[in-house]
Amino acid sequence: MDLLEYQGKQLFARHGVPVPSGKPATTVDEAVSAADEIGYPCVIKAQVLIGGRGKAGGIKVAQTRDEAVEHATAILGMDIRGFTVHEVWVEAASDIAEEYYASIIFDRSAKKPLFMLSTQGGMDIEQVAEENPEALARLHVDPLLGFQDFHGRRLAFAAGVAPDTVRPIGALLDKLYDAFVAEDATLVEVNPLIVTTDRRVVALDAKVTLDDNALFRHPENASLRYTEGEDPQEAMARERGLTYVKLDGNVGILGNGAGLVMSTLDVVALVGGSPANFLDAGGGAKAEEITSAVEVILSNDKVTAVLFNIFGGITRCDEVARGLIEAFATINPTVPFVVRLDGTNDKEGRALLAEANLPNVHAEATMLDAARRVVELAGAAA
Amino acid sequence: MAILVDSSTRLCVSGITGREGTFHAMNNKRYGTNLVSGVTPGKGGQDVEGTPVFNTFSEAVEATQANTAMIFVPPRFAADSILEAAEAGISVIIAITEGIPAHDELRVYNHLKNAHPTVRLVGPNCPGILSPGKANVGIIPASFFSEGNVGVVSRSGTLTYQIGNELAQRGFGNSSIVGIGGDPVPGTSFIDVLALFEDDPETELIVMSGEIGGSAEEEAAEYIAEHVTKPVVAYIAGVTAPPGKTMGHAGAIVSGSAGTAAAKKEALEARNVRVGQTPTEVAEIAAEIAASLK
Repeated sequence: MDLLEYQGKQLFARHGVPVPSGKPATTVDEAVSAADEIGYPCVIKAQVLIGGRGKAGGIKVAQTRDEAVEHATAILGMDIRGFTVHEVWVEAASDIAEEYYASIIFDRSAKKPLFMLSTQGGMDIEQVAEENPEALARLHVDPLLGFQDFHGRRLAFAAGVAPDTVRPIGALLDKLYDAFVAEDATLVEVNPLIVTTDRRVVALDAKVTLDDNALFRHPENASLRYTEGEDPQEAMARERGLTYVKLDGNVGILGNGAGLVMSTLDVVALVGGSPANFLDAGGGAKAEEITSAVEVILSNDKVTAVLFNIFGGITRCDEVARGLIEAFATINPTVPFVVRLDGTNDKEGRALLAEANLPNVHAEATMLDAARRVVELAGAAA
Repeated sequence: MAILVDSSTRLCVSGITGREGTFHAMNNKRYGTNLVSGVTPGKGGQDVEGTPVFNTFSEAVEATQANTAMIFVPPRFAADSILEAAEAGISVIIAITEGIPAHDELRVYNHLKNAHPTVRLVGPNCPGILSPGKANVGIIPASFFSEGNVGVVSRSGTLTYQIGNELAQRGFGNSSIVGIGGDPVPGTSFIDVLALFEDDPETELIVMSGEIGGSAEEEAAEYIAEHVTKPVVAYIAGVTAPPGKTMGHAGAIVSGSAGTAAAKKEALEARNVRVGQTPTEVAEIAAEIAASLK
């Protein structure tokens, strides 16, 4: 789960990471009264879960109240690379002497947290890593030991930060690591990490990804999920506890198990189709869950045919068949379905479907044949 | 022979009194796995269909000489249960539980590496290990697989069944089928399992099924080039996955240009590992290679 910049900054602040003071606002009036309170000059920043806000005109400095009105009006409702701005963050302007970069990521390969620090802040860090790798200091930390002062010194000297900032940057990284661990984050990134003209070190931006699997430990963070920009089908699926990702095509897909579903999308694409979604009904899905999943898939009106690809382990094919029959009884789909059932109770499942004799439901014996059939039907229906 | 689980396996199931735990423990037992005990704190002294339950792993190991653990407890208790099993002297820990916090996995991985370097953790979020004809620990539907010479290692569960089934239709059986799981910090990597298959005399051909996210397949490609003499056929799921979206498995995410299926396929093919575009093609390539070995 990704946080908005200001949510990230509020989380940083709770762990003592210095951030500029500010306020969120969802209307022009709120933004202007926040600006009045904070004082001028202040910065009005679009809050969307996508990079490149500055270039898109989503970050503006207001010197006066009139400018605050002007910028807030322009930014609220603005479209930034497909994301509509519903909220802004108004914060005190900073006098910037240096722009650095700092992050902690979950290094899956080393199986340790990886710190990165660079004096080339404010830029795309992947570009820095590629063009100027020695400008990016990197250091793994043993998660059983945690961050030590010497880690901070090693990073700061290796990155070549201004000598007077070695200590404060070490202190900031220490607090950033506290936040990373205590909040179960898988990424914290500060770009830029600034040194002000009066030589304070401040996190001027915040990019934070929290681990969904750890939200049970942080009920207060669960409410931070940003749903304004969420796709309606994805929101519906999430509320129903289904693992669903919306895609661009017209072939609706339901399978069991993430790997099999990914593979199903690939096979559909390979035979010339275009998947409309990823939907993993999960292990042991019952009939109600299948019915509920069919509703989510069909709520996307681009879908012109649906493929069920089930290889039952824990999942029982007869439950899947019952779910599909139930879906036909309650929502009466108008698009064709192709169903491939293999694995646990496959014979029972196939028999149930044959007996129900649902309109426009086609059984196929293999994944590949099922993919070919659904692509053919999806095209014909379009 | 087989790898990791076989007729010497003495299984203790953590969470044996839960609905799923009981169901799969008994399934494994019916297959012929030597299920010796279970652990559920507070239910020591009871039994589940004749299998004794203990309060702690230490008691279970002492009383029943368990050497293998299957972890079937909910995510918030799973990391603790893995650590307890290792502390009690279990040597192979198979964690089925899905949804363990990533930081818990990080702590467990690093602690086991430091304090219990000989303990092998498989998973979490994995379907387990099946050595056909010998033992089944986990949730793999054993009826689709028979004894044979193809070793399978995979990040996914149902996709493994799909590939295994395609292989079975072409007459292949399996030495062992190992699900290493779909989480970002798997206890056992492709490389670990490739090394075990390389040393296993029963295994003649290896099928490796990967997916998007991380760099485990790229690392495996390098390892294969240097250390694996047996033929390897690979599959990578997620060619069509959009960047930045988690595709069901917590570990299945393309981040920027890293972790794409294309990059993994390229890395494998650059080291002469053939990659099937579909599960069907994987089985076809395997059949071709098997024919050339004869």
